[in-house]
Amino acid sequence: MNVLDHNEEFARAATAVPDTSHRGILYLEDISVSFDGFKALNELNLYVDDGELRCIIGPNGAGKTTMMDVITGKTKPDSGSAFFGQTLDLLRLDEPAIAAAGIGRKFQKPTVFEPLTVFENLELAMSGDKGVWASLRAKLSGEQRSRIDEVLEIIGLKHERSRRAGLLSHGQKQWLEIGMLLMQDPRLLLVDEPVAGMTPQETERTAELLTSLAGKHSVVVVEHDMAFVRSIARKVTVLHQGSVLAEGSMDEIQNNPKVVEVYLGDEH
Amino acid sequence: MITRLILSDRGSRWLFAVLIAAAVLVPVGNLLVPAGSPLHIPTYTVTLLGKYLCYALLALSVDLIWGYCGILSLGHGAFFALGGYCMGMYLMRQIGGRGVYGNAELPDFMVFLNWQELPWYWYGFDMFPFAMLMVLLVPGLLAFVFGALAFRSRVNGVYLSIITQALTYALMLAFFRNEMGFGGNNGLTDFKDILGFSLQADGTRVALFLASCLALGLGYLACRYLVTSRFGRVIVAIRDAESRARFVGYRVERYKMWLFTFSAVLAGIAGALYVPQVGIINPGEFAPLNSIEVVVWVAVGGRGTLFGPVLGAMAVNYAKTYFTAALPEVWLYALGLLFVLVTVLLPQGIVGLLGRLRLRRRTSETTAATAEAP
Ligand SMILES: Nc1ncnc2c1ncn2[C@@H]1O[C@H](COP(=O)(O)OP(=O)(O)OP(=O)(O)O)[C@@H](O)[C@H]1O
Ligand SMILES: [Mg+2]
Repeated sequence: MNVLDHNEEFARAATAVPDTSHRGILYLEDISVSFDGFKALNELNLYVDDGELRCIIGPNGAGKTTMMDVITGKTKPDSGSAFFGQTLDLLRLDEPAIAAAGIGRKFQKPTVFEPLTVFENLELAMSGDKGVWASLRAKLSGEQRSRIDEVLEIIGLKHERSRRAGLLSHGQKQWLEIGMLLMQDPRLLLVDEPVAGMTPQETERTAELLTSLAGKHSVVVVEHDMAFVRSIARKVTVLHQGSVLAEGSMDEIQNNPKVVEVYLGDEH
Repeated sequence: MITRLILSDRGSRWLFAVLIAAAVLVPVGNLLVPAGSPLHIPTYTVTLLGKYLCYALLALSVDLIWGYCGILSLGHGAFFALGGYCMGMYLMRQIGGRGVYGNAELPDFMVFLNWQELPWYWYGFDMFPFAMLMVLLVPGLLAFVFGALAFRSRVNGVYLSIITQALTYALMLAFFRNEMGFGGNNGLTDFKDILGFSLQADGTRVALFLASCLALGLGYLACRYLVTSRFGRVIVAIRDAESRARFVGYRVERYKMWLFTFSAVLAGIAGALYVPQVGIINPGEFAPLNSIEVVVWVAVGGRGTLFGPVLGAMAVNYAKTYFTAALPEVWLYALGLLFVLVTVLLPQGIVGLLGRLRLRRRTSETTAATAEAP
């Protein structure tokens, strides 16, 4: 199985724990990404503390999703550095290695495994050995089953457990994807627009869930819904044209003239 | 566990019932029932059925990667042919001194080319176990290397299909060359016996048929194990949301590579059983069109089910046997038309159609029952 382990970094990441001795869990420094000359990220700097719940806001095209792509290994930046804890260099890892190191991600457009059941979606997301041989012989232990049941309860899909994920409503898919994140049990959760398409009640429950996760996990939420951000945020970062425009509490942000001009401005 | 794999699925139950019945009735009908009787099964039919079984195994191997993991290989004929050539080399060496030139060491075509000694890559093929090992290893290794290169550079979709076509085409051209040492244009043929038994004997034919039944049964079980395991759910997840699977932590390229390798080994086994039954293997087996035909069988039967491709391979090849005898010039058009019709009208193939019919019958039964209720 290890024939192709050419990159020993992979193997190390699979068991590595981010070193958060300096409180920080995520360090992005001077990250730039350009697409055909267009700078989607422009010397972006972002630090997230261990256990923090951080909200990222910014107008369409500000580079929020691109930033998540960089952190999770989907996009390699042109320059800059990205560290998970003190020691794990994210730019040297690929997507599965980053997932194994403890970064989970919810996409902007909900993506679940549609032909599989809700239960199976959670099963596949479950943390553990994701190798070929392991999955050939995998059998769910009682403990793992009850972990899945627990998550089904949290995401309110207990009665849908045997339904094909493709048949769920948009909001339910969002929840399932959050449930998959919980099964991965990551140190850092990146959540891209979690409440898009949710009813007010669903939105409220999502807010509760995300706040309850902070502390034990670190959570980075990208969201356009200002009421939602206000209800969960302690610290907000505003992105604009690929760099950080402002950072602070929601009140500070809303009174920042630069922010009002480029972002909140067009809401009034 | 084996019983669970067979019994938990309707298609599997049918397949094994038919396979077991055939494995009993065909030998009896051929060897025990006297030739004059209407129940007698001629040896020609036994061999034809054996051939269909090999095609079914090949179709199964293609469906495993295409139906379950979305990898559309248009070059699986190459693995089939390589397995066939390994078997052919063994059968050539079995001829020994009985060839036209009476050379015990060299096959006829090498004598004809004035070769003085056996090329190194023919060594060992006089031993059956070694040849069988090669039947597994040669297609497997080629698929492994090919998969490692293609999947790790994230070649997907149409591009992957095109390079699989290129692969089989390149092999065809290579095998056409006499200098390759595989009989060139004519391939390997004029086989005499296998493991000391004459290939012309009815008993040998029946044994090969039974071996094909067994190979299909075991291959099917292995595939069924794969697709019902967590591995099977991962490959379906990769098929429908590849990047999601990566972010969840699966090394997508390794899953594809191993699946592709396993599938190629199945195709190789099918080829190895095919060659002694048809009595020849030549570079034509590498023709790109052959690989495309296999995809048609799978589509007709119903991809993404294991039962479907078996059914599809049997049905289309039966039709082919019929058409090429009755209206030979029509066959290719019929095949093309069939593919278009199936793609448009029956996206899930015959199996999907059967499922829909059953559903309709059940609903009409329930509506009838409710209507009768006061
Ligand atoms: N693969 C790509 N190729 C070319 N341009 C891209 C690509 N991905 C993103 N972009 C561009 O980069 C910019 C930043 O996109 P990004 O998706 O990060 O924005 P965002 O802040 O997430 O916006 P939204 O709020 O609409 O989701 C956009 O102008 C987008 O068009
Ligand atoms: Mg976005």
